[in-house]
Amino acid sequence: MHAPGPEAKKRLLRLRVNGRWREDAVSETALLVDYLREVAHLTGTKTGCDGGECGACTVLVDGEAVPSCITLAVRCEGRSVETIEALATQGRLGRLQRAFHEKLGAQCGFCTPGMIMAAEALLRHNPQPTDDEIRAALSGNLCRCTGYVKIIESVKAATETVHDR
Amino acid sequence: MSAPLPQFRLAAPRTVTEAVAAYRDHPGSRFIAGGTDLLVNMRRGIGNPTYLVDLSGIDELAEIRITDDGVTIGAGVTIAALAQNDVIVARYRALAQAAAAIAGPGHRTMGTVGGNLCLDTRCIYYNQSEWWRSANAYCLKNRGDSCHVAPQGQRCHAAFCGDVAPALLALGAEIDISGTRGTRRIFLSQLYVEDGKAHLALADGELVTAVHLPPDPPASAYAKIRTRAAIDFPLAGVAVALETSGADIVSLRLALTGTNSRPFLLAGTEAFAGRCIDDKLLNEVDRLVQKQVQPMRTTITSANYRRVAAAALARRLITTLGTAGAA
Ligand SMILES: Cc1cc2nc3c(=O)[nH]c(=O)nc-3n(C[C@H](O)[C@H](O)[C@H](O)COP(=O)(O)OP(=O)(O)OC[C@H]3O[C@@H](n4cnc5c(N)ncnc54)[C@H](O)[C@@H]3O)c2cc1C
Ligand code: SF4
Ligand code: FES
Ligand code: FES
Repeated sequence: MHAPGPEAKKRLLRLRVNGRWREDAVSETALLVDYLREVAHLTGTKTGCDGGECGACTVLVDGEAVPSCITLAVRCEGRSVETIEALATQGRLGRLQRAFHEKLGAQCGFCTPGMIMAAEALLRHNPQPTDDEIRAALSGNLCRCTGYVKIIESVKAATETVHDR
Repeated sequence: MSAPLPQFRLAAPRTVTEAVAAYRDHPGSRFIAGGTDLLVNMRRGIGNPTYLVDLSGIDELAEIRITDDGVTIGAGVTIAALAQNDVIVARYRALAQAAAAIAGPGHRTMGTVGGNLCLDTRCIYYNQSEWWRSANAYCLKNRGDSCHVAPQGQRCHAAFCGDVAPALLALGAEIDISGTRGTRRIFLSQLYVEDGKAHLALADGELVTAVHLPPDPPASAYAKIRTRAAIDFPLAGVAVALETSGADIVSLRLALTGTNSRPFLLAGTEAFAGRCIDDKLLNEVDRLVQKQVQPMRTTITSANYRRVAAAALARRLITTLGTAGAA
């Protein structure tokens, strides 16, 4: 498919994933989503499209929600990456996870990790968002099942719970 | 795993001088800023750079500076930062509105002003997977021999769909460019060429480093139509900058995106100075827009729809700005 270019170099990548520093030899051409799934074995992050369209791969980089399928892994050098796996602590679901579960915000569940990470970024900046603010923050995340109503209700419900996180 | 990207090396310069040198020393280079356009295309087998020069670590590109001489926006400023800047929101309204209407929140966090101005042009026969394009014998813009939109012609009509450019054009922006032969400053309008395959007047290895806006801008606004209210590129986008004195127009500048292979300033609006905003004027603007836009069948909507919608956006923005100015 691609004409052979120069051999991509592997680099030692040092970054924080879900609070823990780690070092891996990573190709300069590797996408963050593939690094997370294949190298760090964090398969909660999903791939839903062929690049940048759907938001299923949304993770937090330094607290900001971004699509990991169009982010080069080596550009996360020294940064903090958080995935859906970070939200449950000691076997307890995080407040957004619990709300999505209770309010039926997830159906097939494929968009859910991305939805929750986008919502997580929102709630950290803005703990009491309006419905419009929730819609705007999730506007880059597509869902083919729920019709979105239950997703908005789930995020809303998460803002009403008083939890450890 | 995702289909692998073409094999490239990545350089991470810290200054513009280093970036220019890295590009010069590696034939087959491309600049990458946020990567929200470039990496999408590369994942689809479009372009095969062997070397990427990463602009995201260059601090001098990441600043918005506000002085008595106006505003200077570094090419590396993110779309999200632009949309949220207090001075831009308060005084360069069209620009803030355009930035806020780009893609989705994650793209705005990563995407930059420079990448938006130098965005590749778009077409339904081009923004497709490698498999899809190969099954359709590719097209003129990339690896093919003919255009599926205008098969008789020898020109690519892919549309420029960046949202920031029309706002900057209406507000009279200039840009700084750096390359191996030094730096130059041009009007933003001079950056663009009406050719979907080669729409940027940049020499190989030149990069945009900053945008300058004059101080004391007139009132301005931007609006776009798109299929969904988020994520989607403009089918047509219009920016208007309007200065009035009482009910009279002092100056009216209008720029468009999404309809042609380049964003452009509507010609002939000088004639509106001294006139008031009434139906007659709006009809004249409508005719000018419909005459100058050249939408082709490059989107899922018809060319004529985009033509009529662009004119309708123009009327609406002028009416709104005129009413606000008179109030
Ligand atoms: C799903 C989706 C929806 C989108 N919707 C919109 C939309 O509605 N409106 C819109 O305008 N855009 C949209 N985009 C495109 C993109 O996200 C933005 O335009 C963004 O601002 C591009 O900036 P970047 O820094 O990511 O560009 P990059 O991908 O890094 O670069 C884009 C191009 O510009 C070149 N380049 C980058 N910086 C410079 C520079 N300083 N000098 C010279 N060349 C340079 C690169 O070589 C490349 O060719 C969308 C993208 C996706 C994936
Ligand atoms: S306008 Fe024609 S040549 Fe250009 S991208 Fe579309 S099909 Fe290809
Ligand atoms: S998988 Fe990243 S946006 Fe769809
Ligand atoms: S729950 Fe199935 S895609 Fe959203």
